[in-house]
Amino acid sequence: MAPTPAPPEKLLLTMSGITKLFPGVRALDGVDLEVEAGEVHCLLGQNGAGKSTLIKVLAGAHQPDGGVITWRGEAVTLKSPIAAMRLGIATIYQELDLVEGLTVAENIFLGHEPTTAGFVVRGREARTRATALLKRLGHPEIQAHRPVGSLSAAQQQIVSMARALSHDVRLIVMDEPSAALDPDEVDNLFRIVSTLTADGVAVIYISHRLEEIRRIGDRVTVIKDGRTVAVALPAKETPTREVVALMTGRNVEYVFPERPAPVTAGAGRPEPVLKVEGLAREGEFAPVDLELRPGEIVGLAGLVGSGRSEILETIYGARKATAGRVLVDGTPLRPGSVRAAVRAGLGLAPEERKAQGLLMLESVTRNVSVSSLSRFSRGGWLDHGAERTAAREATRELSLRPDNPDARIRTLSGGNQQKAVLARWLLRGCRVLLLDEPTRGVDVGARAELYAVIRRLADEGLAVLLVSSEVPEVLGLADRVLVLREGQVVHRAPAQELDEHRVLDLVMEGSPTS
Amino acid sequence: MKQPASEAQQGGPDAAATPEPPTPPATTHASAKSTEEKGGWRALGLRLDVRNLSLLGVLAALIIVGGITKPDQFLDTNNLQLVLTQASVIGVVTVGMTFVITSGGIDLSVGAIVALASVWATTLATQEYGFAGILFTAVIVGLACGLVNGLLIAYGGMVPFIATLAMLASARGLALQITDGKTQIVTVNSVLDLGVRDSYILGIPPLVLVFAAVTVIGWLILNRTTFGRRTVAVGGNAEAARLAGIDVRRQRLYLYLLSGLCCGIAAFLLIILAGSGQNTNGNLYELDAIAAAIIGGTLLSGGRGTIVGSVLGVLVFTTITNIFALNNLQSDVQQIAKGAIIVAAVLVQRRTVRNGES
Repeated sequence: MAPTPAPPEKLLLTMSGITKLFPGVRALDGVDLEVEAGEVHCLLGQNGAGKSTLIKVLAGAHQPDGGVITWRGEAVTLKSPIAAMRLGIATIYQELDLVEGLTVAENIFLGHEPTTAGFVVRGREARTRATALLKRLGHPEIQAHRPVGSLSAAQQQIVSMARALSHDVRLIVMDEPSAALDPDEVDNLFRIVSTLTADGVAVIYISHRLEEIRRIGDRVTVIKDGRTVAVALPAKETPTREVVALMTGRNVEYVFPERPAPVTAGAGRPEPVLKVEGLAREGEFAPVDLELRPGEIVGLAGLVGSGRSEILETIYGARKATAGRVLVDGTPLRPGSVRAAVRAGLGLAPEERKAQGLLMLESVTRNVSVSSLSRFSRGGWLDHGAERTAAREATRELSLRPDNPDARIRTLSGGNQQKAVLARWLLRGCRVLLLDEPTRGVDVGARAELYAVIRRLADEGLAVLLVSSEVPEVLGLADRVLVLREGQVVHRAPAQELDEHRVLDLVMEGSPTS
Repeated sequence: MKQPASEAQQGGPDAAATPEPPTPPATTHASAKSTEEKGGWRALGLRLDVRNLSLLGVLAALIIVGGITKPDQFLDTNNLQLVLTQASVIGVVTVGMTFVITSGGIDLSVGAIVALASVWATTLATQEYGFAGILFTAVIVGLACGLVNGLLIAYGGMVPFIATLAMLASARGLALQITDGKTQIVTVNSVLDLGVRDSYILGIPPLVLVFAAVTVIGWLILNRTTFGRRTVAVGGNAEAARLAGIDVRRQRLYLYLLSGLCCGIAAFLLIILAGSGQNTNGNLYELDAIAAAIIGGTLLSGGRGTIVGSVLGVLVFTTITNIFALNNLQSDVQQIAKGAIIVAAVLVQRRTVRNGES
């Protein structure tokens, strides 16, 4: 897809060949992006494609390892968020970065307060200017002297935007700005975006919702696996099918293990090990029913916020269900108790591996053994030798590299860290494995190996419940798939009967369109 | 000086000492063998952490300074016995504190608990029950305060800083109420006898033996038991520990109980040492214990703790106090020196940690 050549005076920002490496992961692998003044440029890509990393590079929060950034015709380096702001680049993050205890005006001018003699804040002037900015954004009802903590999410977003505009801004990056908004508020957001672009300000707009991109976008850049796969597509004319194909386009890296022939009925079919009956959490997901048999991989597909991780964590007892129950071998689990779930044979590989899964200061052994400590102890005394040997056996089974049980977990690549989490449950002898985004932060090349490991564990009799926002992963790995949208199961089918386009349609639109 | 495996694995200096960081598959076999050997060494606990080595260096330097400035007095057996005795009370408190900090918590109430336990155990009513009565009361009061702390923090959802700050205030208040500001003289001879020279075993005061025992037991618990491992896990990543099936709340409760128990023991030692109970006992122990643990290498953010380091930290502080006193320097100078040592130790640690990570 060749970029449309733009007249030089309109060209605001060019990023070319941007790479960014994190330990063990190549987050950006040659991203190109071109933004013109006064346009709404949409950035599309699946979770983990590298969008967030890219905007952090643009905001000066991450330093790229390679590539060139050109701003209004000059090559620049964005050393810090302040440097980016000085150039006129403002970023509104998905997680709003406001200080709740400060007032609206104080937040808007945080870091560049109007001052007398360099340090006495002119509060009245800040409030007057803040009021003017809020009026310009169509929200005169937000009072500049109110603490930000007392505002709604939508109002906070407006304050964030006012903060961006309080600088002399030429480019505003919005990361999923509509995620927390009602339809009315989204309309207002779009009005603001139009006013901004009419003034010549460019907007980089990130959203999962294709219909929004159709409404306000001018051009679209699609990134996938840290690379730009299409630049400057016309936002309104490009068919959904093509956009979806670009976002998902199957890669050589997606090599999935073969499924065993399904045993549909008869004596050979094992009894379900896990039964979920009408499990629900108010405000998160509607009642869901689910059965999981040994040897089976069931996938939950859906967008962020569709309730998939919440379902997994509720089954595991990390969240307390408001209705329904979970049965293991026919025995109901005590709700809201992780320990009960673990004792019954459940294991979770959480979504945020570093924050929820691993003890980052510790060795591989200690990360693997943490759920089975009583096995290596008598009267509370640990047998370090037995612990280390068992942990090594479990990690070898999964070909974890390096084959060194004393290696510190943080020196491992994402894929091997995930294997350590799996080894933890293997060692524990768990029978139901709950996997939340098992390949997030895992290099594409290492994924195939992880897929093979997961399938092998299933073949050995584990029941696996898989959550992933990467549709090909769910389709390629799972035997059966449940499609979720806004906390509801909208479709269930064997994986072979689905394809990516259909699932993405279901996930984004709620109804099949093609 | 023994080093637990956990300490051998984490600090920056180890990275340099470790022969095989992530190995390419081709050399896996050889590296596996060398780790096996190293594991054996670690199991014997013979590895030295460079951080502790630096603290040992500081201690050695202090001893040299003491030996040079006051050769006759400082190196005198009586003086060394005194230093170790003084270190014992705060040392026992610091062992408990090390556990709490390793788990990501903090206990500001230790000094106040020592005070409360020491006065409660020396009331006239308690003293009637003699040795056992005093020991029992001190330990029970310590445990009870720890229980309240633990319940508030683990099950009441209170921040450790606030809960133990509240305990600090109320325990001090209660101690004052019990004594009415008066010193309670101990008349139980069996208790007092433990403080006199006749009771020394092979020249070692019983107080120091208690301190040594608490240290060894603390080291074993932290490095050789599931309890210790869970403590480190909770401090390193409480959410991951919870999702791995550890009962994080119960663990927290036990940890504050443990700290309270150490305070009770320390109170008993203090009673022996002072021959009395006073509501001003244990003043600022919380800060001394935290400082000793931190300069020893325990991470204030949790997830890493070292008993050996904490004990070295205590010895460094006590030795400084002693040397300054022998040289007739006022306590204000001591305070300044303490502050400088805390800053220097933490800066050194930060550097080694950073080098280890890069």
